[in-house]
Amino acid sequence: MPLASNSPVCARLPQRAGLGLKPGHYRRILDDRPDVGFFEVHAENYMGAGGPPHRFLEEIRALYPLSLHGVGLSIGGAHPPDRRHLARLRALVERYRPQSFSEHLAWSSHGAGYLPDLLPLPYTQETLDRVCAHVDAVQQAVGARLLLENPSAYVLLADSRIDEADFLHDVARRTGCGLLLDVNNVMVSAVNCGFGPAAYVDRFPVHLVGEIHLAGYDETVDGAGDRLLIDAHGSAVRPDVFDLYRRALRRTGPTATLIEWDNHVPGLDTLLAEASRIDDAIAAAAVTRSAA
Amino acid sequence: MTGHCAAKAAFAAALLDPALPVPAGVVSPRGTPDAARFAVHRNNVFVALVAALEARFPVTARLVGDAFFRAMARLHADARKPSSPLMFEYGGGFPDFIAGFPPARGLPYLADVARLEVAWSRAYHAAEAEPLALEALSVGPPEALLLDRLAAHPAAALVTSAHPIGSIWSAHQGPTVAPVADWRPEAVLVTRPAATVQLHILPPGDAPFAAALLAGATIGAAAEAALAGAAGDGGFDPGRALVGLVRTGAFTARQTATERTSP
Repeated sequence: MPLASNSPVCARLPQRAGLGLKPGHYRRILDDRPDVGFFEVHAENYMGAGGPPHRFLEEIRALYPLSLHGVGLSIGGAHPPDRRHLARLRALVERYRPQSFSEHLAWSSHGAGYLPDLLPLPYTQETLDRVCAHVDAVQQAVGARLLLENPSAYVLLADSRIDEADFLHDVARRTGCGLLLDVNNVMVSAVNCGFGPAAYVDRFPVHLVGEIHLAGYDETVDGAGDRLLIDAHGSAVRPDVFDLYRRALRRTGPTATLIEWDNHVPGLDTLLAEASRIDDAIAAAAVTRSAA
Repeated sequence: MTGHCAAKAAFAAALLDPALPVPAGVVSPRGTPDAARFAVHRNNVFVALVAALEARFPVTARLVGDAFFRAMARLHADARKPSSPLMFEYGGGFPDFIAGFPPARGLPYLADVARLEVAWSRAYHAAEAEPLALEALSVGPPEALLLDRLAAHPAAALVTSAHPIGSIWSAHQGPTVAPVADWRPEAVLVTRPAATVQLHILPPGDAPFAAALLAGATIGAAAEAALAGAAGDGGFDPGRALVGLVRTGAFTARQTATERTSP
């Protein structure tokens, strides 16, 4: 369903590297104003009524573009998104006017309450229809175009009938939403599920990508001794993911790219160095495309 | 229930009960169920729940050490799941869980310290409101003051304990821990008049007064209750207590009897 042109999410994120905003860095960011393309926050962390989180976010939003990234909407759930949660998201979008609003193709709520993980759904006609209905409901309630993110997978679901990239493409076609391409998730899912990461990136509908995510994975083995990657968000971007990112950039062109480093969060200087590496890759992609 | 819905219910049930097998149709690329793979999701859920409690209860964790805290938090997570994706709200029931947790019996103050940390995080996220200025108390005749009430600030909360929970909390804010010198009951008023959460250990005798005011009693009735409680020791001075409480930022408005009765 098309959105009104007066949608609060209007401008796009800059074609730069962005960082997740961490409370431990609030003060330094305001004092030093580092050259970062944008900051991203988990929407749920700013759903309190007031206090320091909002005070700092207001100040930082006045200085930087903002990406609002939800983790708790359960778009892939069996039931429509929670109306109270949608109202909270809308309030955040209206207050902070983010340049991007995104969520996951996953579920996290079911009967027992909220399960703080991004759980997999089978890709079938039934779930496609349901996800489209949920994305419609979200975009209408929040008043913003959603970017839907590809998940990281640890298991295969025998019921799945539709390829993930096709599923995402169909959701975008039917709802008008955009996509968030998480390149680390592509690598994690490819290794864990046994498909080629380059082939996935090569057929991803890049014209719909509004933002890219990068992160570091951890590595273990499954019960059969096969390599099992964990979407850990606790380290620098691994070299194979960075190579895959460059490949993706060649197709998407320069695109806002977030570094997700949420566990064992390093000092701001380490994050700025990682962001600089990504800014270089984005700039190189711009040159490559203009030369092509 | 559709197939999709039933499959999710089975997935969630197995996620929460390690005794259950990997749900049907959840496989590895070899086409077989793989407990190690499914355990990644199970682990993600419990790591996130324990991490949320660690973030909300840092002093409680310091008092018992990381290993004890994580084991206790994990058992609480087994018993209680978040009702919403607002993880900073998760753990409101953790103090009661601690109070009934036999291995923590040796630390009888632990549950009350956790209660204080619940109040601290609620104050941290509470709505903004301008605290009542002290001058508001001197408006009008003094006898009118006794009939008025004070509106509680959204961040204000009183936590009372038979243990020195405020002193324990303060002692654990720096890199080293100073022993608590004076081991006695404490009532702690938590406020956030502006950007910073503040803890105020109330003078003995002031707690019933503060509790009554926060509950909406008139200033006169709150003072009477506090004076009755302080019977004989002469330690409670309503004027001093009122000024002290208003200075903490625990209130936002003075409400006259007419304001209360008007619709």
